[in-house]
Amino acid sequence: MKKTLFDKIWDAHVVKKMDNGSDLLFIDRQFIHEVTSPQAFAGLRERGVPVLFPSRVTATADHNVPTRNQHLPVKDEMSAKQIRELEKNCRENGVELFGLGHRYNGIVHVIGPELGLTRPGMTIVCGDSHTSTHGALGTVAFGIGTSQVEQVLATQCLLGEKPKRMRITVSGKLSAGVAAKDVILHIIAALGAAGGNGHFVEYAGNTVDAMSVEERMTICNMSIEMGARGGLIAPDEKTMAYVAGRTFSPPPGDMNEALAYWSSLYTDAGAVFDAEYFFDAEKIVPMITYGTSPAQALPVDGWIPGNAENEKRALDYMHFNAGDRLVGKKIDFVFIGSCTNGRIEDLRAVAGLVAGKKIAESVTAWIVPGSKEVETQARAEGLDRILESAGFEFRQPGCSACLGMNEDKIPGGKYCVSTGNRNFEGRQGPGARTILAAPLTAAAAALYGYIKDVRTILN
Amino acid sequence: MEKFSTLISKIVCFDADDIDTDQVIPARFLKRTEKTGFGDALFHDLRYCADGSLRDSFPLNLARGDEQVLVAGKNFGCGSSREHAAWALRDFGFRAILAPSFADIFRINALNNGLLPVILPAEFIREIMTLSAREQVTVLVDLEKEEVAVSGTSLRSSFPVDAYRKRCLLNGYDDTGLMLTMTEEILRFEMSRPYQKII
Ligand code: SF4
Repeated sequence: MKKTLFDKIWDAHVVKKMDNGSDLLFIDRQFIHEVTSPQAFAGLRERGVPVLFPSRVTATADHNVPTRNQHLPVKDEMSAKQIRELEKNCRENGVELFGLGHRYNGIVHVIGPELGLTRPGMTIVCGDSHTSTHGALGTVAFGIGTSQVEQVLATQCLLGEKPKRMRITVSGKLSAGVAAKDVILHIIAALGAAGGNGHFVEYAGNTVDAMSVEERMTICNMSIEMGARGGLIAPDEKTMAYVAGRTFSPPPGDMNEALAYWSSLYTDAGAVFDAEYFFDAEKIVPMITYGTSPAQALPVDGWIPGNAENEKRALDYMHFNAGDRLVGKKIDFVFIGSCTNGRIEDLRAVAGLVAGKKIAESVTAWIVPGSKEVETQARAEGLDRILESAGFEFRQPGCSACLGMNEDKIPGGKYCVSTGNRNFEGRQGPGARTILAAPLTAAAAALYGYIKDVRTILN
Repeated sequence: MEKFSTLISKIVCFDADDIDTDQVIPARFLKRTEKTGFGDALFHDLRYCADGSLRDSFPLNLARGDEQVLVAGKNFGCGSSREHAAWALRDFGFRAILAPSFADIFRINALNNGLLPVILPAEFIREIMTLSAREQVTVLVDLEKEEVAVSGTSLRSSFPVDAYRKRCLLNGYDDTGLMLTMTEEILRFEMSRPYQKII
């Protein structure tokens, strides 16, 4: 039978088919973090059950950590307790933790691939909806709730129905100034916030083939913003090259076996999808959001719609009017970071644009590396100095203002151009108004103090 | 998990689509390490103004406090996987949510906490909301019969529910208990499959 990439990986992990049609699915790796794991460990303690495969669990502290002075004790008592609890749970259960300040610490979806813990053909879960990021390396990766985190700790399995399959094919060459983030925002705007519900998405086409592995992570990362369970991309030579030689990658002796397996991971010609969409890369331009859902995105030089009921509510919150343009709108903050756009290529792109320039005086700009390794690499390349002399605050790794759980919050009523993935009401702080964009568009906004079509300043 | 069989309750309507879990419970309230104590943070930034006063217009603030059913627009619970959203809804007193559709992760989280996500036709939800704007509405949610009925009217609709999930809810079982009985098969699977060293 012709199989999709998703089916090949899923089926290879089915321990048992249950009577009701759901599958007992084996999970190769679970990532955990401080916010969605404490209740899961408490559940295990109540049941008197140990972690079944501690070596298949990796922990990091990322969601609720300060991005300044990480060497000092965490000031907020509840945050400190959450981190302490993670440390205790990992210690008691033999789970490896890359805690605050550790050289492998960082946002869970940045460190997995970067450390070679995420490898093609795996099933991966985390108590976090952006786990789909790992799909960029050809894995079946998806976000779960805390009850399921507990189940995976206890049994290394999940019980559930197999999602449907969707393929999104993007073909053609992207224009200058158009990034992976713009591609995925374009797709989400077209399909809507629930367009992918119940589906696992495979991204394909020569536009995707031409992307770097990091760009592919940006694409897969935002699958959840159209409601999809996950997103994945067939591994190719770039994927193999990316995985080889990383800290926890298979040792050279096992690499041949790995490569043989990985090169079998593709969708067979003629395999059937439940839904298929096609996009033309040449029609994609830099995108920006105007509302309070990532699906409320439009071309940066476009006009704000506002007819639908939920758009009216969003525009009310954003203090935008239907028919206005975003180009030229004054902004107050710029946040560059997150599991969507906090990797070294993103930092390089921003540094490239702002090198030798100064950001607008009215703007506060934070750049938060996705991981300690990204931070270290950026420093080694001198990006920190370029960014700081342009007026950016170069912070320590964490989720930071992507979700505003630590002190990195955007004040109410202020506009923030964010390279994160969510512009929900209050996401970056109560009343904060978030505008999602690609790193280049965000950097341009930092320089000018208002929304700028980045294509007009690239030479 | 608390059992769920039949529920007769007044309702609260929140007439919006795509209600995300950041609205259900904002991130800054996720610092507790227990499953309880999240009720006060439910819809916090919609219930309260910036100065801490109650926002009178928000439906939850008009409620009497004994409503156990929330009625909402499509794609309820989209966004973050935070199970705190389900805990907060339960903690506040809700046992069922009626909506035309739910986001996948939220639906699973709700089911794992004895909070019943009831998928109903959009027109049916619209009728309930219209009625509720005029008068107090009481509904009967019958899991055994897979049916919702609106008291004092002829409005009724069946809803889909997975047979296994239904059994779990009716009996108060959770997945983990069942899965733990299969540990041996899981261990055998792990040892016998190919590509051991690389995945
Ligand atoms: S960076 Fe943002 S989206 Fe990514 S894991 Fe952290 S909070 Fe979630």
